[in-house]
Amino acid sequence: MTVEKVVEIENVSMNYHTLDGETLAIKDLSFNVYKGEIVIIVGPSGCGKSTALSIISGLIKPSSGKVVVNGKAVVEPSKSIGYMFQKDHLFEWRTILNNVLIGVEIQNKLTNEMKEKAERLLELYGLGEFKHYYPSQLSGGMRQRVALIRTLAIEPDLLLLDEPFTALDYQTKLAVADEIGRILKKEGKTAIMVTHDISEAISMGDRVIVLSKRPSTIKSIHEIKLTLDVERTPLASREAPEFRHYFNTIWKELDVHVK
Amino acid sequence: MLNNQKCVNDLKAKYPDVSEEHREFLCKVKKRKRAIIITQVSLLVVFFVLWELAARTKLIDTFLTSYPSQMWNLFLRLMEDGSLYRHVGISTFETVVGFVAGTLLGTLVAIFLWWSDFISEVLDPYLVVLNALPKTALAPVIILWAGAGITGIIVTAMAVSIVVTILGVYGGFKEVDSDKIKMLQTFGATRLQILQKVIIPASIPTIVSAVKINVGLSWVGVIVGELMVSRAGIGYLIVYGSQVFRLDLVMTSVFILAILATIMYQGVAYLEKKLMKWR
Repeated sequence: MTVEKVVEIENVSMNYHTLDGETLAIKDLSFNVYKGEIVIIVGPSGCGKSTALSIISGLIKPSSGKVVVNGKAVVEPSKSIGYMFQKDHLFEWRTILNNVLIGVEIQNKLTNEMKEKAERLLELYGLGEFKHYYPSQLSGGMRQRVALIRTLAIEPDLLLLDEPFTALDYQTKLAVADEIGRILKKEGKTAIMVTHDISEAISMGDRVIVLSKRPSTIKSIHEIKLTLDVERTPLASREAPEFRHYFNTIWKELDVHVK
Repeated sequence: MLNNQKCVNDLKAKYPDVSEEHREFLCKVKKRKRAIIITQVSLLVVFFVLWELAARTKLIDTFLTSYPSQMWNLFLRLMEDGSLYRHVGISTFETVVGFVAGTLLGTLVAIFLWWSDFISEVLDPYLVVLNALPKTALAPVIILWAGAGITGIIVTAMAVSIVVTILGVYGGFKEVDSDKIKMLQTFGATRLQILQKVIIPASIPTIVSAVKINVGLSWVGVIVGELMVSRAGIGYLIVYGSQVFRLDLVMTSVFILAILATIMYQGVAYLEKKLMKWR
């Protein structure tokens, strides 16, 4: 494994200020992500997982600490970071192809070459015939795939995925997670994904980081090593004998109590 | 139901692949639609016929109500001498300029408010007061300032619609999903790009519905303005007619006004359909 660091997160803390007072959301978060790796962050709801992603993307500034991506400190949204949301946020008034091109357009990189590339990506991931459709004509799973291609179109070095499958129904979620997991591996992308779904985390991640309740700190990091006869894909991963052990360990660490 | 059977048979040629049951369903929908239109037209016809009959049998005082055939004759006369076109033309021109200006300026102010949260918060109470105030109360002042003529009338029409536009369109801007904006920000979008790529296109439905309301409001402004100062236009015809007790002129003008306003509204509705084909 190459040990080229893509992301270095050093002692990041985040304070939220409201009129009622201040809340420490994240405390002293530090970890690295290496090239081609998919790192999953899980944690109890409301622990500041999404905040962590927003900080890494440069959308919000941490109260202290710093984030370095590809050797450069992140201070504002960077062109080398792609971000994928819970909802697809496709623009209803744009066709699929034009939706995919929005990022490129924003970055003033819209060339014929880019357009061809976007069309190729759509073609490659089974959406070629829909490029002139409007989002309302596509199913939820397809829309989320379009959202990923929109993110890939700007050729990011790092992808941030914020619970990207939460808005989908269970069956679609499994299928789309499998698909997107394969796409990320195929494109050799480095990714950080946030989720609250333990199985999803184990099935997609190379490493799983478990965060504690607020203020969030790292509770543990699990290197996911699965024995499989076939190539590892998110769906195949669920068949591995170790899957259950990881699940139980992480479940206990999350320490969920329903009162 | 002989009629129904015929309808079902006719549809057989058009939709050979669907079941008999589905054809019956289609016929039922079609019949209902037709029944609604027939009733609508009948209502109008019955209204005019009763009006005419009541007038001829002296049941109503035609000096106060006029009656359809008298109005029709007047309408034909107005068309013949060409004065109808002049009055309609002037009023329509004033209204169109009024609502286009009201919509454009209103949207511009809304953009301005969206751009600066501080300014929008500062101006909020003033807009609320202006919105609550019946703008027609300002008409005399506006006409004094802008001139007792077409300009004054247009400014009145604009004043009536602009505040509603500002509030409506700005409200639409604020309703745009903040995550959609965040999505563009992750690509490094500037504020201007956010405005261009998401705020305005996402608000087109709001802007169009503002235009729809403005068509009606603009007519209010134009008629009020014309009642006060003009020497031409539908509002002038109405006020002149009432002053000389020519109720046929008043009634005819009101009907022409209704038709004009409807045509304009439908025009905007058509535009809406064209603009929003992605729906």
